[in-house]
Amino acid sequence: MTDPVKSPSVEEVLEDKGQYKYGFTTDIESDTLAKGLNEDVIRFISKKKNEPEFMLDFRLKAYRKWLTMEEPKWPNVHYPPIDFQDISYYSAPKPKKVLESIDEVDPELLRTFEKLGIPLDEQKKLANVAVDAVFDSVSVATTHKKKLMEVGIIFCPISEALVEYPELIEEYLGTVVPVGDNYYSALNSAVFTDGSFVYIPPDTISPMELSTYFRINTEETGQFERTLIICAENSYVSYLEGCTAPQFDTNQLHAAVVELVTMENAEIKYSTVQNWYSGDPETGKGGIYNFVTKRGKCLGDNSKISWTQVETGSAITWKYPSCILLGDNTQGEFYSVALTNGLMQADTGTKMIHIGKNTRSSIISKGISADRSSNSYRGQVKIGPNASNARNYTQCDSMLVGDKCSAHTFPYIETANSSVQLEHEASTSKISEDQLFYFESRGISRENAIQAVINGFCKEVFKQLPMEFAVEAQKLLALKLEDSVG
Amino acid sequence: MSLLEIKDLHAGFEGTEIVKGVSLTINAGEVHAVMGPNGSGKSTLSKVLAGHPSYEVTQGSIIYKGKDLLELDPEQRALAGIFMGFQYPVEIPGVNNAEFLRLAYNAQLVSKGEEELDPLDFDELLDEKMKLVGMDPKYKDRFLNDGFSGGEKKKNEILQMAVLNPSLAVLDETDSGLDIDALKVVSEGVNKWINKDNALILITHYQRLLNYIQPDFVHVFGQGKILKSGDKNLALELEKQGYDWVVTETAN
Repeated sequence: MTDPVKSPSVEEVLEDKGQYKYGFTTDIESDTLAKGLNEDVIRFISKKKNEPEFMLDFRLKAYRKWLTMEEPKWPNVHYPPIDFQDISYYSAPKPKKVLESIDEVDPELLRTFEKLGIPLDEQKKLANVAVDAVFDSVSVATTHKKKLMEVGIIFCPISEALVEYPELIEEYLGTVVPVGDNYYSALNSAVFTDGSFVYIPPDTISPMELSTYFRINTEETGQFERTLIICAENSYVSYLEGCTAPQFDTNQLHAAVVELVTMENAEIKYSTVQNWYSGDPETGKGGIYNFVTKRGKCLGDNSKISWTQVETGSAITWKYPSCILLGDNTQGEFYSVALTNGLMQADTGTKMIHIGKNTRSSIISKGISADRSSNSYRGQVKIGPNASNARNYTQCDSMLVGDKCSAHTFPYIETANSSVQLEHEASTSKISEDQLFYFESRGISRENAIQAVINGFCKEVFKQLPMEFAVEAQKLLALKLEDSVG
Repeated sequence: MSLLEIKDLHAGFEGTEIVKGVSLTINAGEVHAVMGPNGSGKSTLSKVLAGHPSYEVTQGSIIYKGKDLLELDPEQRALAGIFMGFQYPVEIPGVNNAEFLRLAYNAQLVSKGEEELDPLDFDELLDEKMKLVGMDPKYKDRFLNDGFSGGEKKKNEILQMAVLNPSLAVLDETDSGLDIDALKVVSEGVNKWINKDNALILITHYQRLLNYIQPDFVHVFGQGKILKSGDKNLALELEKQGYDWVVTETAN
């Protein structure tokens, strides 16, 4: 493990700024910036991170853009207005403490990690997964860095990359999701504090899965992480992302931005298991607002980006991992399982933007709604005038559990080329009491029955996930639905 | 001790009493046929035995292997050796037939404290049982009952029975939907399963099935009660004279 970036302490920054009127909460456990957002806060974050000048400019530009923008109102979700001045934009556990080994990471964090099936502890390193753990806004541990470095792969916190590889960041950051792309991505661009950076050099197949684990820990802290993955010519990487948060009565905002870039013949496979706290299932109190922008750009010809997501948490999910198929013969994939229960609301899907010739995309979306939740699929397939012979296949299945939930499908198809081939299939099904009784009458427990039905429904998506991840995702879904059926 | 003892059973569905005082004793090694017109309470009896949550027992008792059956939930009943062959087996898309059977088989093993069978060993067992009921091996990899014809669904029920080898099987109109060839094959499968330690309740409308599976007792249901019990000749008599004959006879 290499040393994390040395950054100035809260006190140093405070002294430096002199007149800075927004106080800090510093205690033994964490270092949290007082609530509120303005240019000083952004300067503070940038300074704290020792960022190069271009980064501060990037942030300020995004912030000024954000001020002119409005929250999107089109998603099929409802929530009281967010007071963006009532959020703390920076929180770090134990300031500047250098973790010598993964053993120093909070054991509770490790346990949660284990539950997600992401091996983080030392003895599990053999599992061949490299992990970057982001706790609140700061990366606390990155494993396997050395081994990856030997083949030229950079895998580190983005704050570190900003200092060590500023030219790579400057070249690619904001090229897939421009600062003013949308309200939340603009906010993220202004205030993001950490996240992961991955660079796979040409002709390199990553020898292991790379993984980032995100955790929101402090109440009233927003989490704005930023991930940038660049996969150079003829290279391949599989990347996993896991998310959890503890239970608080207040809503917490999570507005992340993920950008992926593939060069010629490169492939990025990006998998997420999202299990943020979803709020009280009866009252809807608390829970994460998961407003995330994820987008990949297939820049080089014959490259491929594949998104797989298993979304099981968050009070509100607003998320559309998308692919810009710029190069010729590029390929985009989106595999999604989105489960809502309690009073959760999800509006999720994808965008496949076909620009190059012979571009192909496929979308497999599985929505499961239970209790009083609302689950919407929103997907856009856009074919540009030069995208001759482009093809898209979309399959959109909904499963309803109980009779108080809802499932919605909003497909948008736009084409400016007549040589394309588009297919769209959709279905709606239900887990019925009779199905469960059938299992039970054969001696199979209700829990195993639900798991079997859900696994069957989600099979096409689960098989895209790395093995351990798939097993955990299956258990997670069954666990969440146990109380909802019948 | 009898395998199953039903005493003065009253049961119904959504507040309507359908079974109105049925008493029936079944011993190991016996085959009982239950006949009677639609709505006479045959299927309700079978649902109550399996523990369907929508059916309510309002009076009476059911003792199975010396235990109060009504205290057990459906899963426990199955693990205790009761098998219900459904009249309308549900379709479960996405769930592989062979995997479903292995889940059920292993649930039994686990409840007995035994080791689970791995997929390869189970596959051998399944092949053998499929032969027994004359089922095409391609149905192993189909989704459970999904898109099966009526006859295939019924065969699949008998396959499950053959795999799970229950102590007491209740087959609810397993013969309906089967053509004559399928009926023969399925009956053969059932006959091979029958032994001195298990018992079978056959619910049927037609005497036809009883040509292939010989009952020791025939019970005629009407208005939620057993109107008449007898041996297999009673079924032949019914075939000739219809249910009205029993109803009239009982009324007199």
